[in-house]
Amino acid sequence: MTDALPAAALRARPTPAARAARRRTALHWIAVHALGVAAALFFLLPFVFLFLTSMMSDQQALTSDLWPHHWAWGNYSKVWHTPGFLTWWRNTLLYAGLGTVLTVVSSLPVAYALAKFRFRGRRIALMAVISMMMLPPQVVVIPMYLFWAKQLHLSGTLWPLIIPMAFGDAFSIFLLRQFLLTIPREYLEAARIDGCGELRTLLRVTVPMARPAIAAVALFQFFSCWNDYFGPQIYAGENESAWTLSYGLESFKGAHHTNWNLTMAATLLVMAPVIVLFFFAQKAFIEGVTLTGVKG
Amino acid sequence: MAALLPVPAALRAKRRREAVRTLAFLSPWLIGFAVFFGYPLVSTLYFSFMHYDGFAQPTFSGLKNWRYVLTSYPFFWQGVRNTLWLVVVMVTLRVVFGLGVGMLITKIRTGAGFFRTAFYLPYLAPPVAATIGFAFLFNPGTGPVNHLLGTLGLPQPGWFTDPSWSKPALTLLALWGVGDLMVIFMAALLDVPREQYEAAELDGAGAWQRFRFVTYPNISPIVMFAVVTGVIQTLQYYTQALVAGKVASGIIGNSGQQFEPGYPQGSTWTLPQMVYSLGFQRFDYGSACVVALLLFAVAMAFTALLLRRRSGLMGAED
Repeated sequence: MTDALPAAALRARPTPAARAARRRTALHWIAVHALGVAAALFFLLPFVFLFLTSMMSDQQALTSDLWPHHWAWGNYSKVWHTPGFLTWWRNTLLYAGLGTVLTVVSSLPVAYALAKFRFRGRRIALMAVISMMMLPPQVVVIPMYLFWAKQLHLSGTLWPLIIPMAFGDAFSIFLLRQFLLTIPREYLEAARIDGCGELRTLLRVTVPMARPAIAAVALFQFFSCWNDYFGPQIYAGENESAWTLSYGLESFKGAHHTNWNLTMAATLLVMAPVIVLFFFAQKAFIEGVTLTGVKG
Repeated sequence: MAALLPVPAALRAKRRREAVRTLAFLSPWLIGFAVFFGYPLVSTLYFSFMHYDGFAQPTFSGLKNWRYVLTSYPFFWQGVRNTLWLVVVMVTLRVVFGLGVGMLITKIRTGAGFFRTAFYLPYLAPPVAATIGFAFLFNPGTGPVNHLLGTLGLPQPGWFTDPSWSKPALTLLALWGVGDLMVIFMAALLDVPREQYEAAELDGAGAWQRFRFVTYPNISPIVMFAVVTGVIQTLQYYTQALVAGKVASGIIGNSGQQFEPGYPQGSTWTLPQMVYSLGFQRFDYGSACVVALLLFAVAMAFTALLLRRRSGLMGAED
């Protein structure tokens, strides 16, 4: 082992042992990066193939060719102008945008109370939040559907999915609470001594400090609305003008049965906003994922 | 005991103010919990004992729905078996693969940012889009995957159209989206104290021994967390299985036929799809509620594992 050698020997011209160690390091570097390239191919090649197919002509998309003869950029505008596609975009933006705002506004005070107030039943409340977070949506869907459809006559719209987000989202509450725990009490005490009430402390001190966590929660919620399939299927399925992109995409595939090129173009158009948003907010996102693990 | 002592009026007023304040902050969620969790759960239990088709008045039917689902409904046990398969194989492979990719990313020195983004990106792909994409990549006729396998002289399975390959194909899709676990493991691996590795190396520990005796003990709570949340997520496995079946079978919404989930031959049929099919395709709300409750019981049993003190999910109290 090189560690056993006297320091002077290391500083002198490389000994065979030191050279062997350097060679081992180089081999290690090559092995690690070769594995990295292999993994990157696994993760990225599907996107590449989807893109290449989306660029093929209708006839070529029926073959097993991998590379387009002519780059048919027109496929994207064809998809864009498919009847309904723009409506689905609008609906998805409304669902995800409004849902995100409502979730953050309603979840923040709850998370703050769970992290910073001392009250009886705090542990139980937190357990209830975690249970709610882990609840498969299918468990309560029958009564919820009957409630929204038969009593409030809101089936065929996205409101049964948007309204509940005004009443806190369990996952967002949990994630925000995990972050708020890391804010030292002293900051909040200082604000209180300066005469801030709890609400002002929350808005003036906590919110600015919790900005990364709020960004992460907002992103997660936006993505989960964007990706949601089950919700729109149950509540909006009967009314095509209320469909979202995730739900509409499937029927797009049904309508363009043999046109894999158009379907792939549509698929990439549904993926694109999420991926663009990720590049803008990568840091907040990764921090958020880490926070959901066992930390705090 | 303290309650027995006289409490000064000022202190009592302060306590009352604090209680009101706590309630005010919690109120959005208290309403949400009651209306979107408590009420529907009780209602699901109620409907599981009723005969209800959504039109005629519900009538009490005792244990009939329960007996029907557990003994005569021909597709119940098939759904349980598939869900079990996914829980065992998909969750295990996802955790192992996620840990492997997480370890790899901590070792990469050159271009770490590029590799991290590349590994993470598929996790972000909306499930419907990712599933349709995979259904294309793996389609037996013209898909690039079988094209490449053919070029290499390897067998070309039917993937989403072959009952014995459909679940492995869904598993590949799940492994593609392993980015969430990668990030969690990456953070945990970076938290392992370096001195412990140095000490192990001085003791002459090889790579496997370093993993076994240093890495693993340090990250085992995270592995536990990943397994349990993985099981709970897999119990909800719905979108990918349903969409893959629809796309591979060619029966989608407006083709006029109603799609029976599970294509091919019930091999992708899972418990959540059973709730959908019984409730929204056959309008047998009572039986759908029975399946929903069974799903709930299993999900909560695993959630209880997360709530144990040791798991650390409850976090530090201050």
